[in-house]
Amino acid sequence: MDFSQNYFELFGLNEEFEVDLKALSSRYQTLQKAMHPDRFVNATEHERRISLQQAGQVNSAFQTLKDPLARARYLLELKGLLVDDEQTTIRDIEFLEQQIDLREELAEIRDNVDPLGSLLEFMAQLEKTLKVCVEQLKQNFAVADVTALQQCQMIVHQLQFLYRLRQEAEALEEELL
Amino acid sequence: MALLQISEPGQSAAPHQHRLAVGIDLGTTNSLVASVRSGVAETFVDRDGEHLLPSAVRYLVDGQIEVGQFAHQAAPQDPQNTIVSVKRLMGRGHAEVQQMHLPYEFVDTDSAVPRIHTVAADVSPVEVSAEILKSLKQRAEETLGGELVGAVITVPAYFDDAQRQATKDAARFAGLKVLRLLNEPTAAAVAYGLDRGSEGVHVIYDLGGGTFDVSILRFSRGVFEVLATAGDSALGGDDFDQLIVDWMLQQAGLDNDRRGSRTLQHQARDIKEQLTDAEQVEVSVERPDGSVWQGEVTRDEFNQLADGLIRKTLLPCRRCLRDSGIELEEIKDVVMVGGSTRVPRVRELVGEFFQTQPLVDIDPDRVVAIGAAIQADVLAGNKPDSEMLLLDVIPLSLGLETMGGLVEKLVPRNTTIPVARAQEFTTFKDGQTAMSVHVLQGERELVSDCRSLARFELRGIPPMVAGAARIRVTFQVDADGLLSVVAEELSTGVKSSIEVKPAYGLAESEIEQMLRDSFDYAKEDMVARNLREQQVEADRVLEAINAALAADGEALLSTDERANIDAALVVLQQARNGDQIQAIKRAIEVLDQTTAEYAARRMDASVQKVLKGHKLDEFQS
Repeated sequence: MDFSQNYFELFGLNEEFEVDLKALSSRYQTLQKAMHPDRFVNATEHERRISLQQAGQVNSAFQTLKDPLARARYLLELKGLLVDDEQTTIRDIEFLEQQIDLREELAEIRDNVDPLGSLLEFMAQLEKTLKVCVEQLKQNFAVADVTALQQCQMIVHQLQFLYRLRQEAEALEEELL
Repeated sequence: MALLQISEPGQSAAPHQHRLAVGIDLGTTNSLVASVRSGVAETFVDRDGEHLLPSAVRYLVDGQIEVGQFAHQAAPQDPQNTIVSVKRLMGRGHAEVQQMHLPYEFVDTDSAVPRIHTVAADVSPVEVSAEILKSLKQRAEETLGGELVGAVITVPAYFDDAQRQATKDAARFAGLKVLRLLNEPTAAAVAYGLDRGSEGVHVIYDLGGGTFDVSILRFSRGVFEVLATAGDSALGGDDFDQLIVDWMLQQAGLDNDRRGSRTLQHQARDIKEQLTDAEQVEVSVERPDGSVWQGEVTRDEFNQLADGLIRKTLLPCRRCLRDSGIELEEIKDVVMVGGSTRVPRVRELVGEFFQTQPLVDIDPDRVVAIGAAIQADVLAGNKPDSEMLLLDVIPLSLGLETMGGLVEKLVPRNTTIPVARAQEFTTFKDGQTAMSVHVLQGERELVSDCRSLARFELRGIPPMVAGAARIRVTFQVDADGLLSVVAEELSTGVKSSIEVKPAYGLAESEIEQMLRDSFDYAKEDMVARNLREQQVEADRVLEAINAALAADGEALLSTDERANIDAALVVLQQARNGDQIQAIKRAIEVLDQTTAEYAARRMDASVQKVLKGHKLDEFQS
């Protein structure tokens, strides 16, 4: 197995944003059936070491391709458009304002009459926003010209904000339960 | 003549010899051992026909050690020398065990691991666990009529690195080779899933004597893929008993200082068990002045006491469901595992939460050991054509301390193992030549809220301006869920690595010392034991390579390469027949290097083969 090939090649998929999750998962199981350390318990030390490394790489590849944000980041990276978290700033003022509003809303939920109910509503709304972003990624990756890919970079940034917000919302949910 | 023992191609030594391997459920309250015989997995009984071995160990004044039923019965009379529920102490530090209000006398030591003072000796929880394992090992070897090649030992899915490492250390004390540490709910899923041939998404709700786990798995094409797990490694049936004890004390007008009374705890457990079938149970409590309080407890009253605890298990259920990305409608069934799921109220509330009737028709006590035995059989190599594969996850995030006492997560919880993750860090000051690495496990942001697993230092960084050095820290989690960490300065290649021996774990030197000191091993035995271990390892290596050569040596190796390997095999075989431990070790290393390239080619070939074979059905599915 050539592990210098990229994750898409490893999983026998075309290098594009839309992936067939069923094929992905099936290929994942097949690869693990061949490489997992459980298959090499009685093998030589070297084979065990290789198996550990390769099974780990297959796991990382699967995690990356399964999740839309990780997959989009990875695709951009392959195209030489690394998304650097710290150096890029979001220029979309409208999005930033929206983020600030969402954060405030989340912070105030604690004081609501029915905090848990409001939180669940907030989280449902957040999921919808996430879906819209993913849909936009799909469209722009399909076009894949310079402008569209720049658009993708921006959406990836926005998604990172939203993922973090979702984490905070989940943390609050555990606190309230 | 050593040469003759190298098997010819196609004739590997005893290809269908059945290797004796067992599955062990090392429980808080009870432990079991199981194995696959003639294709059927079964738990083994002791001489009295009992499957369950109470996880109780009693140390007697003459140095004798009792394990099981006798010890369990002696617990009320001899609480200080009888260790029960030792699983709760595994991988815990001094401060933690002090807070547990246990009847034991803990002694001060330099070791990170607490030690319990008994009339026989001061013992660590690891050694106490080892006694339980030894007893099960003996039972298995008597039943199977031979020496075990290894065991799959189950641990709660929610056990952290320290608790897993402690379990592995206990096996080492017991002289058991660990084929794999397996998560209890995953073991249950294997036994249940294979038994019913039931593909789809399963929830395993596992409430044992002292631990709670919930796992969500998908079973398809022989693969059990854990999607998420959650739990509480300090919540179980013991806590229900304690609630009843507290209730009895209150009813009888007694002080809380009798909370740790073993007599009351045994009585409470009886009451709890009776309430599974009975609507109410008579209770009497004898006061110190000889007077007796008499009354009764109804199931409703017990339910009210227990509700808080049961609801405490639903929070992890919720987290697990969320992390798995599964919707309630996709769940095929909820399987109840662990003795505490016999409590009717537990079944009721869990059913309510998952909106389905939980399955209670499998033996909740034995299913974990059965699943472990099935995996042990596969791992020992008895089922070369098995399609079964278990893909498990780590229960808690792993990270590093960064500036300001914050934790940077490298491997998030519910990541499938094995896994390796690397992250680069840089120096904070001009001319900084060392960097300390602090490894943590947990979900919280602050270092002080997470469990500290290990600290080590990377030294010899060349002096540079702040921010110029590049230090890569790599976390590797193996298939047992155990972590090792490597830190490396990239411009110079200065490396520093550790097997993470948790801060609450036994140091290697301590293990050696304790093995040396233990009753079973006199000094000369120690050498013999080490030699025996090396010989077993040599046999394993010889067999693995001979089997490989028989399978594809001709196809993958040139004549020269083959001659080199054969020569190294002869050297190892000769060393193995001698009594020089170091010579065997060296010969294994040489053989390992000689076969490195061959190993890589074999891996390639086998992966290619599997991929080709599956191409078709993949695109059809």
